[in-house]
Amino acid sequence: MLSRTADHLYWMARCTERAENMARLLDASYQMSMVPQPLAVQNETWRAILALNSQEEAFAQAYDAVTAENVLRYTVVDAANPSSIYSCLRAARENAHAVRGTLTAEMWETVNATWIELRQQDVDQILARGVSEFFEWVKLRSALTRGVTFGTMLRDDALHFIRLGGLLERGDNTARILDMQYHILRNGDEGASDFYRWGALLRSLSAFQVYRKVYRDAITPARVAELLILRMDLPRSLHSCADGIARMLPLIANSASLETQRKAGMLHAKLHFARIEDVLAGGLHEYLTDFMDRIYEIGDGISHDFLVPA
Amino acid sequence: MNADFYNEMYDSAGKLRPHYEGFAAWLNSISPERLASKQAEADTAFHRLGITFAVYGEKSGTERLIPFDIIPRIIPAVEWTALQAGLWQRVKALNAFLHDIYHDQEILAAGHIPSEQVLNNTQFRREMIGVDLPAGIYAHIAGVDMVRAGAGESYVLEDNLRVPSGVSYMLEDRKMMMRLFPELFSRHMVAPVQHYPDMLLENLRSVAPKGVADPAVVVLTPGAYNSAYFEHSFLAQQMGVELVEGRDLFVKERTVFMRTTQGPQRVDVIYRRIDDDFLDPLAFNKDSMLGVPGLLGAYQAGNVNLANAIGTGVADDKSIYPYVPEMIRFYLGEEPTLHNVPTWMLRKPDDLKYVLAHLPELVVKEVHGAGGYGMLVGPASSKAEIESFRARIVAAPEKYIAQPTLALSNCPTFVESGIAPRHLDLRPFVLSGTSIGMVPGGLTRVALREGSLVVNSSQGGGTKDTWVLEN
Repeated sequence: MLSRTADHLYWMARCTERAENMARLLDASYQMSMVPQPLAVQNETWRAILALNSQEEAFAQAYDAVTAENVLRYTVVDAANPSSIYSCLRAARENAHAVRGTLTAEMWETVNATWIELRQQDVDQILARGVSEFFEWVKLRSALTRGVTFGTMLRDDALHFIRLGGLLERGDNTARILDMQYHILRNGDEGASDFYRWGALLRSLSAFQVYRKVYRDAITPARVAELLILRMDLPRSLHSCADGIARMLPLIANSASLETQRKAGMLHAKLHFARIEDVLAGGLHEYLTDFMDRIYEIGDGISHDFLVPA
Repeated sequence: MNADFYNEMYDSAGKLRPHYEGFAAWLNSISPERLASKQAEADTAFHRLGITFAVYGEKSGTERLIPFDIIPRIIPAVEWTALQAGLWQRVKALNAFLHDIYHDQEILAAGHIPSEQVLNNTQFRREMIGVDLPAGIYAHIAGVDMVRAGAGESYVLEDNLRVPSGVSYMLEDRKMMMRLFPELFSRHMVAPVQHYPDMLLENLRSVAPKGVADPAVVVLTPGAYNSAYFEHSFLAQQMGVELVEGRDLFVKERTVFMRTTQGPQRVDVIYRRIDDDFLDPLAFNKDSMLGVPGLLGAYQAGNVNLANAIGTGVADDKSIYPYVPEMIRFYLGEEPTLHNVPTWMLRKPDDLKYVLAHLPELVVKEVHGAGGYGMLVGPASSKAEIESFRARIVAAPEKYIAQPTLALSNCPTFVESGIAPRHLDLRPFVLSGTSIGMVPGGLTRVALREGSLVVNSSQGGGTKDTWVLEN
């Protein structure tokens, strides 16, 4: 297929996935902010969200203080913030628009309708009514887009690039969310709020019930890390994403893509044969940073080999 | 009923025309509420489907719906047969003219058209002189604008031979009508149009460079912000070919390739929806980011074909338009069956004098204008508008032509005040390759504003489904 078409499909998927994960993360943080905790800890959370995408400076230029409302405004509806949910869904729609002929009619209608509905929403109403309802909507639209994609698209390269984009973004986002929460918990006081925080983290990744089912035991940081990093069967875990990427790449391989395939295989093997004790012993933050670097490299390779060839 | 205009549905005595009888009976059986709800359903569906066009001059990226009207324009079979024959005749002559002026220039030598009108025309492309094209065809896709005036006689308003658009609306309008009112189609024998993309693909493949067994066809678009992007994307999808932008293509050894995820792939026929000026920055507008450097060279070498050809603009220029009947006589030895609108060419002093004295009753158009931009509709313009236009004419009379204001026919149309007559035109699409063909009908455009004679979508026009009835 046309390289540019693949590029648009790949970024359409990445942007949709990013919007969903942003909604998941913000929802968890918003829920947490209702649990009684020191104001300093609360603000730490909102600050950490900005740090997630290295946006502290950009935020400071447009807003005077790090408050829940300002951060939500910035990360949800601010069109000037390229990572806001609004911007992600706009970018997803623009990418889809550029290749609408490659999408099934149902897919295009779904992505386009998401954008139309988003634009019809009133910013102040979203904030006033409680953002959770809005986050639910974002997750639902993302799920719908995914469902329509898998339910209607031919199993060809177009779908493979969509899946690759989604998996890369998801792996990266899960790592970021986990890294951020771990950081806050390590610095915070250990108390009852921890339970809620871990709970919120798991819920934001649709892993709360899974945790109960898998461990049938109290929530501990090590198990949470194991679940979100190493469980092969949890759809948002790092292992699961790396596995998908390694399986997708051979399906679209060309004469230039061997090195990228090798890197993806390495990443998958690293997760496949890891033990959580070793991961934690080496430092979780270091481990997650290394993972994100590798994901970035693979993304770079995909761009270079397929999407924007020289 | 306004007796000054030909009404497509009723005759001058107010009696239904026979080909509308079935439809009128159905319309009478439908409550106004149901009709209104169907109209709303259509609008929502078009919006959701993103069947939009971008409007130039408005905020960039602004997309608007082209209003769709649920009352079809119906053409009886016998009328269509005559119209089709006339269109084929006209397009054949125009293609023969283009081939001639880029080769032997016989029509100029014979003195039928003043040479300077052709050779000094900005749309005349010297690069095309002596270039042989497959099947000798230049205008592979022609959109001929037809209007009906006075007592019902048809006129050709203009020949669009560069990158005529609108065919996607013809197809979507039909799809919408069948979705909204399936029962209508079981009551009428409406000639199908949905095979247009197949015909188009067949036509494009028929003009591939010699020796290419399985030609790769692509649609070349300026990009997602072009006003007709929906159509480009739609046609590529319907034909099952790639929709490319200039940056997706490159030329190597006078051959065109596209960049794919599996490496470079050769391209044989480009259905380009980009104007000549932007096709190749090495040959034409050097600032163009839309084109493909070296494309002209590959084209001249015969390694790729373009539809439409470079340089067709000289034949649909409004200053050449008055000579089309002459072309038909010269190349085909036939009498033209479609009427031309009488046209004053303002480069001629006598014509200029007459037109300046009669501006309030005439339509004045820019020779190179399109899309309803840069024109004066005398009867609908204020004194001030006429005077400011007069100044522009006097400054450069050769840039303008004038025509009588035609009493465009009208057709009942669903508007806010209910069903009321609105003026319309018809753009049928003629496909030329190794053979000539078309689907029955075309795009009917309707001026939704009461009394307006400008049907262009950029000027607030809408569209209607066009039915050619089969006997």
